[in-house]
Amino acid sequence: MTEQGEGARTLEEQQEMEDKVISPEKAEEAKLKARFPNIGAKPGGSDFLRKRLQKGQKYFDSGDYNMAQAKMKNKPLPSAPAEKTEITGDHIPTPQDLPQRKTSIVASKLAV
Amino acid sequence: MNSANHKIRTSNLSRPGGDMQWCFSQVKGAIDDDVAEADIISTVEFNHTGELLATGDKGGRVVIFQQEIDNKNVPQFRSEYNVYSTFQSHEPEFDYLKSLEIEEKINKIRWLPQKNAAQFLLSTNDKTIKLWKISERDKRPEGYNLKEEDGRYRDPNTITALRVPVLIPMDLMVEASPRRVFANAHTYHINSISVNSDNETYLSADDLRVNLWNLEITDRSFNIVDIKPANMEELTEVITAAEFHPHQCNTFVYSSSKGTIRLCDMRVSALCDKHSKLFEEPENPSNRSFFSEIISSISDVKFSHNGRYMMTRDYLSVKIWDLNMESRPVETYQVHEYLRSKLCSLYENDCIFDKFECCWNGNDSVVMTGSYNNFFRMFDRGHRRDATLEASRENSKPLQVLKPRKVCTGGKRKKDEISVDSLDFNKKILHTAWHPQDNIIAVATTNNLYIFQDKVN
Repeated sequence: MTEQGEGARTLEEQQEMEDKVISPEKAEEAKLKARFPNIGAKPGGSDFLRKRLQKGQKYFDSGDYNMAQAKMKNKPLPSAPAEKTEITGDHIPTPQDLPQRKTSIVASKLAV
Repeated sequence: MNSANHKIRTSNLSRPGGDMQWCFSQVKGAIDDDVAEADIISTVEFNHTGELLATGDKGGRVVIFQQEIDNKNVPQFRSEYNVYSTFQSHEPEFDYLKSLEIEEKINKIRWLPQKNAAQFLLSTNDKTIKLWKISERDKRPEGYNLKEEDGRYRDPNTITALRVPVLIPMDLMVEASPRRVFANAHTYHINSISVNSDNETYLSADDLRVNLWNLEITDRSFNIVDIKPANMEELTEVITAAEFHPHQCNTFVYSSSKGTIRLCDMRVSALCDKHSKLFEEPENPSNRSFFSEIISSISDVKFSHNGRYMMTRDYLSVKIWDLNMESRPVETYQVHEYLRSKLCSLYENDCIFDKFECCWNGNDSVVMTGSYNNFFRMFDRGHRRDATLEASRENSKPLQVLKPRKVCTGGKRKKDEISVDSLDFNKKILHTAWHPQDNIIAVATTNNLYIFQDKVN
């Protein structure tokens, strides 16, 4: 790779370029950073772990729901979302958002 | 259970001058591509004799297969596994306090060694462990004095003689009943259970804690490991798997999301937060990338049957550790190294978080683990040979020998090879099990269970 006219590369940039060639993992990391520039400086850290510890669908909580309704009364109703989006973060689940949960009373297909 | 006591009938995995040869035996489950979530297999486990094979699924159901004892002395024909019992182990529950659903998915099944006519197993979901008794009934009493056969009471005035009821044979009935429910001891999600060699206790591990139970006592459990930091912001690693040593009832190990394994001795102190041994492979800091920690997370840890080694599975490799050497593994096997240059997309589709299990064969000479595209890998430790095989309906003619598969990593793709980009990452083999004595393996694809046996010459 030839040096460009804008000036000599720093030692760091040089090292990074070499890394991309030597390590496929670092090349993949560069790809990821290109797509998600805000990805945490602390990789694999608390974000993953906390998400992991909170696995499970958050369901309807009447307390949260009523609080949210009270707040909403003063604001005009926003248009309903076009598609069913995943319930994340501060979104307060409403009865309409909940998927139906049923016990599987059907026998396992392995037992046929 | 001392492995020296039972005969290891395993024939050598590799033939002199030849490759390992595995044949299709059976496949269980539906053929259709539309997989219901409840049918996703979540655990597979042989019992201590290999006569019984249990599976658990996302719908909370357990299916147990039994090996039919064949009287024919035909070498090519090995007994088949047929359905023995099936029951609903766990139901979906709701944690009202946190407004969270508790999945009924069976995370692990562990068999207890057989003590009497009945069989016992532990099955667990994210929060509750249950001890199930599976018993057979093949006789029923007949000839009661006070009751008719259909249960109606007889008019006492009509009874003129006494008789002794007799037991008459009936069609075999297999009943599963929950004998113990071990609940409310885990704030986080249970990932492992392991029965102690003392046959009295077992451990259960969640993301941050390990608890010790007595099989008879359900209202109490001892916390033996607690890695929860005082401030959750300081959380850096979680427990991913735990297991008791096969012979030493005081020893257990637990693995972490950072790629370390800690061995603990319960004789040292009541709370085993301080490990006796720490197994960690040193890493070259210049090789570190965003993915390093994620792919080093250990998804499974298993002691060898002889108790001298343990095996760990991380995203790309299987490592064998000598319990006497903490500094590095004694053997490392690459499962699918070609995925290293695909980590970005595997991170985006969440596959990088897939938790693969691993298992030993009966005499600890071969290890096995799953991969993508319904491939699974075997590593013959002694002969330094490895194989890639595929569990698919296309190779499911009776006793059909499985052809070794090969993934092409670049350049020219040879005939019969498959390129990395053509791999189906939705077809993952996460759960495999090896018969404790014979060369019979159970391999679970998403919703099917394959049973393979080695080719007997």
